Amino acid sequence: MEKLGCQTIKFNNPPVITSTASIVGPKESNGPLAQYFDKCLEDEFWGEKTWEKSESKIIKETVNLCISKSGIPSSEIDYCFAGDLLNQCISSSFGLRGLNIPFLGIFGACSTFVEGLSLSAIIVEACAKNAICAASSHFCSAEKQFRFPLELGNQRPQTSQWTVTGAGTAILSKTGNGPRVTHITSGKIVDMGIKDANNMGAAMAPAALDTLICHFKDTGRSPSYYDAIITGDLGYIGKDILIDLSADKGYNIKSNYNDCGVMIFDKDKQDTHSGGSGCGCCASVFSGYFYKLFQEKKLKRLLLIATGALMNSTSSQQGESIPGIAHAISIEL
Amino acid sequence: MKPLDSQKEYQEYVNKKSPNSPILKNCFNAFWVGGLICTIGQIILNICKSRGLSQDVSGTIVSIILIGISAFLTGLNVFNKIGKFAGAGSLVPITGFANSVVSPAMEYKSEGYIMGVGGKMFTVAGPVLVFGISASIIVGIIYLIFNTQAITLV
Repeated sequence: MEKLGCQTIKFNNPPVITSTASIVGPKESNGPLAQYFDKCLEDEFWGEKTWEKSESKIIKETVNLCISKSGIPSSEIDYCFAGDLLNQCISSSFGLRGLNIPFLGIFGACSTFVEGLSLSAIIVEACAKNAICAASSHFCSAEKQFRFPLELGNQRPQTSQWTVTGAGTAILSKTGNGPRVTHITSGKIVDMGIKDANNMGAAMAPAALDTLICHFKDTGRSPSYYDAIITGDLGYIGKDILIDLSADKGYNIKSNYNDCGVMIFDKDKQDTHSGGSGCGCCASVFSGYFYKLFQEKKLKRLLLIATGALMNSTSSQQGESIPGIAHAISIEL
Repeated sequence: MKPLDSQKEYQEYVNKKSPNSPILKNCFNAFWVGGLICTIGQIILNICKSRGLSQDVSGTIVSIILIGISAFLTGLNVFNKIGKFAGAGSLVPITGFANSVVSPAMEYKSEGYIMGVGGKMFTVAGPVLVFGISASIIVGIIYLIFNTQAITLV
């Protein structure tokens, strides 16, 4: 691999995404992408006693499903990168404690999945044969940690987003068939002073813009090079802002750009306001929907930019602004 | 306009981009649902009084019944839907207070009865209690100072 420009790595032997898996919750199962996910759950608990246990089970089963789909024995998977939104990333560490694969826990808020893909790609190019990465989120456990009890009769602002219940996972290998990770652009932390925790899209959009433009500058590519440019969870408002801001900077992404948070729910029927969010949003939409498009050869070049809001409930109560992050990964057939 | 020039400009740009809550619709729903809850309370009060109970006892019965209904509906996953529809209409009457105590109790039951239910039950209602009681103490002191008759009454 070699460094391009300021923030991009180009892979000389691009790692192959040999297998993916996704499991989502009941609300996502009623959304427009339901048919693409490997498993749709009927309730948020999935037979567990707590939401935290349920989220751990979701990530565990998604990883197991991905390994069995790939046909690679788990003894040949050298590293696992995983993360989620709960304090100290307990969903992934509890869910994957029986996995028996060297485990590196990561946190990038909702950008975790692409952070995991990037690290897996680096380690596969460097030394490993196979690496697996996973990310999960759960609407109920996230609401409990970041907002109010579920049964509280309050109203959500129009700018708020709906945390996706679900997990996505991918196995990257040195050899095999499938789309390849050709470039990664790791983002810088960008904070434009947004303090409203109910408007994450606006807080993260400047970070997405920074990474997007940096990717184009470093690689010398233009937006039209890609069949699709997809952000993780900017939602309707963040998507709108990103289109605006990138046009300001001279990049027209309007025709081939979309957002996983916009795609996963039907805004009018499902009352999700500004769209989906959470680690599981980008992870499940990529692992479910986009990977299948690659398999059907309907998609050849994808730029996936996962966005994260690096805050917690204490920082917002103390009046801190929300630092945003975005990591981009270029996946090509 | 360059929205990314400064944080202030970006904030103004974001405010312009972000849709507002449908305030007229929310006010209307809050008005009639809130009114309905109060009417139900009044009906219970009148029934109690017509059975020969005093005003004070009837008022207490109204509170108990409304709190009971609200807590029950919270447990059935119904009150949050009413609250989403009616906003302050169901939140400001005593029904909202009951909901704000029962919902964290349900949420944190997974952390056990002592530290979960007991410790977290007032996370939402706590501020209302603290400042409600503080405000009534201050008002009481002012009343004592300016109403000398009150002192003789006490």
